[in-house]
Parts: sequence; C-alpha cells; structure tokens
Amino acid sequence: MGFEQFGIVSFTSTTKAEKFVDLLKEGKVCGTICKSCGAKFFPPRSDCNVCLSDEMEWFDVSGVGDLITFTQAMYAPAGFENDIPYILGVAQFDDGVKAFGRLDKSIKEENIKPGMKIKLKVVDLDNGRLSYILTQA
Amino acid sequence: MPKVGVISVGQSAFVRAYPGSIRELAFEAFKDALKGSGIKTEQIDASVICSAPEYDKQRTPAGLVAEYLGLNPQPTFYVESVCSSSSSGLRTAYALIASGLHDVVMVLGFQKMSEISSAESQERMGRGADIQWEAPFGTMMPAYYAMYARGHFQKYGTTEEDLGLIRLKSSTYGVMNDKAVFRKSLTLDKIMEPKYIATPLKMMDCCANADGSSCVILASEQKAKELCEKPVWIRGLGMATAPINMAGRDTFSGLKCAQLAASRAYDMAGLCPKDIDVAEVHDCFTIAEMMAYEDLGFAEPGKGKELIRNKETYKEGRIPVNVDGGLLSKGHPIGATGGSQIRTIVLQLRGAAGPMQVPNAKIGLVHNIGGVGIYGNVSIFSAD
Repeated sequence: MGFEQFGIVSFTSTTKAEKFVDLLKEGKVCGTICKSCGAKFFPPRSDCNVCLSDEMEWFDVSGVGDLITFTQAMYAPAGFENDIPYILGVAQFDDGVKAFGRLDKSIKEENIKPGMKIKLKVVDLDNGRLSYILTQA
Repeated sequence: MPKVGVISVGQSAFVRAYPGSIRELAFEAFKDALKGSGIKTEQIDASVICSAPEYDKQRTPAGLVAEYLGLNPQPTFYVESVCSSSSSGLRTAYALIASGLHDVVMVLGFQKMSEISSAESQERMGRGADIQWEAPFGTMMPAYYAMYARGHFQKYGTTEEDLGLIRLKSSTYGVMNDKAVFRKSLTLDKIMEPKYIATPLKMMDCCANADGSSCVILASEQKAKELCEKPVWIRGLGMATAPINMAGRDTFSGLKCAQLAASRAYDMAGLCPKDIDVAEVHDCFTIAEMMAYEDLGFAEPGKGKELIRNKETYKEGRIPVNVDGGLLSKGHPIGATGGSQIRTIVLQLRGAAGPMQVPNAKIGLVHNIGGVGIYGNVSIFSAD
C-alpha cells in the first residue's frame, strides 16, 4: 500500500513523497527540507524548486500555529456526502509553513475563530486510511 | 507593439441545460458573432477553442468544433485555464496576430456543464484544487472562496450584508440581460436567507452552473479596419499565477494573481484604475467581486465595501461593474465565461449595450480568474 491510504478519498496512488504516509503511521505530520539549500516545504515536495535538488529530509510540523481562516462546508463533493457539515481551514506555523485541512469535529464551534491556536494531529480513518486534522492546541 | 482589434463578438443564451450537443452549442456563439458582421468563415485564419476538458465527453474538442463551424483546414487548437480559459484564449490569439503569424483569429469558448450531474460536477471542481494534498479533505469551489470571505471579513470588517448588496446589484442587471440564466428580481431579504453553502457564503452568494458559448474574433490593425466599422482595440493584457495549494497562499483577503495581472495590464496600456469607464469582473461568488474591486485598484484594500454600499459600481456610479448581471446572474459556463465578459465590454465600448449601456464608455476592463486564484487574466480594451 502506498499513498492511496492518505485522506478520506484519495486521487493519487503513487508519489515520491509516499513516506508521508509511513510517518503518519508513526503519529507524525511531516514536511520536507531541502538538504542542499534548506528550503522548507509543507505539504512536502520531493523536488526543490529553489535549487533543483531532490535530496530531501523530513521534518515534523510539531509546533503550535494560528488558524488564519476557515469555512463550514454544508455541501460536499461526491464521496464526502456522509461527512457534512465539516470545517476546512488553514493554519500558519513557524517559518511560514502553512497547513490546509479539516478541523477536529470535537472543537466547540464557538471556539473556532481566526487566531485560535492549532496543532496538527494524525487521525485513523476507516479501512486503514490515515489523515491529519487541525486541532485545538 | 502592433495593434490588435476585436472585430466581432457573439454569445449563446446561457441556460441550465442546453438541448443540443457541444458542437451545436459552439455554433450558437459563432453564428451570433458572424451574423451582420460581414465577416466570412474563410476570412478566419485560425481558431483557438477553449473549455474545461473535465466536462467534455468528447476527446480533443477543438477538432470537432472547428469542423462543425466550417473552419477546416485552418489551424485550430485548445487552450485551457479553467474558468479563465477564453481570456487565456484571447491572450493566445493576440500573440498569434501581433507576431504576424495570422491576421484574423477566432476565440471560441464553450461549456456544456449539464453533460454530467451536479454532484459529479462538484467532484470535478474539487479536483481543480491540488488532488494530492487538498482534494482528499473534500474540497469544492464555494468552500475555498468562503475561506477568502472569512479572511476578508476578519481583516477589513466586511459583512455578509455587504456581499448581499453585490448580489442585489447583480440581479438588478440580470433582469435586463436576455442571455442570462437567472433573470429573477431579488430582494436583500431573499438574498440574506440563511441557506449556507459554505459559511459565510449562502446560496445567493454563489453563481449557478450553466451551459453556454462565446465567440470573439480578433484581427490585425489593417484587417480590423478593413473588416469592421467599429473595432475595439486591445490595450493591455496582464496574466499572473499563484500556487494552486492554499498552503502556498500568503493572504486570504485578496487574489495575488489578480493584483499582478492588473498591474501588468495597466502598465501595458499606460492607464490606471481611474481611467476605466466600465468593468466586467469574475464574480463566481460575491466575495470574488468584492476582492476584485480592491485587486483592480477601484478601491483601496479593505474599502471595497464602501463602493458597493454607496452604489458606486452601479451603472450610474463612479466605476460600473458587471452591469450585465455578471456570472452571478448570467451563469458560469466555465470555458465560455471570459468570452462573454469580453463581449459585454466590446458592446459597451461600441455603445451597443442597450438598457445596460454606460454612457460614453470609452475604456473597459475584463477580470477573469481561473480556479480559486490560480490563473488571473486582466484585459483592457478601448474604443479608439
């Protein structure tokens, strides 16, 4: 099994970044850093567009970030209908790293606002699938 | 830079479900552009066909459309940048003419969104985002623009009612546009009904899917003067791109690609925002029009809400915007949309816009965005 294990519905089965899924299994949400020039990427990239190197190492997005924006989706695309409503958002972490994803359903709605403190957390989905969520730090 | 002129424009009615095939839909706009223009099919040297291919069952539609319009054996090919495909087509056609390769080039945009179901269409729209890292969360266009709405509200204090006022303006003109899919008059109460699609965007903040086609015919300066009494000249073309992934965006209160495209178009034209007499902006959602006011320099960042509160973007205002009803009323047949916007501006600059005419409009602007700010196209036209 490879990258198709990532997310609620997967559209990509093969990627050089599939170690992302192995790291999720270890409870880590990781991006990549270019070994050659130090550029930092989340979501992870396999190739550095700054210096063209493909030598990458993984780093853990373990810090606390700020929620920048969010929306509660009342309708969903095909394959996600059973999940509505759900909240999507973007959080900003140190070094300019940003992460897009769903917000933890257990967060009280009145607490969700731009500026709230966020950390990334691995979640196990049905059928052995894995993802990450934005949860309250 | 050699001058390139628009010598004719056409559009089909935009409808929920076109009762014909894509070649027949394309023919509607082509016929509308040719009839009464004096231009003959054989005078068109090449065609650029624009649509978003995920809606088309037909593989390689350019060949099919060119054949049906009678445009064999001239060159034809396909240009795509989702919702801004036909503005990218305009850019391509301009280059074909300005380079001297061709004298007369047609840009034909079409989309038959009803080829697939609404749910399938939403799924495809989600895949207009990054399928590796974002679509697995369940993404769709309204949710993305909703995150921009939240960002704008948070930074500038814009409100849901401000967005409602944009829809109210749209419906004022949609009623007058016989090519629009949505021609009902709306009240602010109706618009503000809390039918959320993706908070804070409600049903009436969103444009509808539609089937439609548009056609723009361009020519070199000499040919334009030969073939057309009132050519409308392309003065500035700006295009820019931004990361497809939301994690790569640096702001959620404006579209960087639109800001850069506008700046490039103004530079090329030697014009500034206050020179624009009439504009068509990409209002796929009300928040998109609000951001366009600011991204195009019609208002300072954060002051877009003042423009709509003071009705400055109505026909009688300082800078009339989308006085044909915009995408919100016309509907948004992806590949046809940019060409429809260009058509409106060309009619305005020719004084042929009927009840929607802005008096003495001489310089017009089209702002056409692909995806959630992936591709930004801004084009400036003038009557002289």
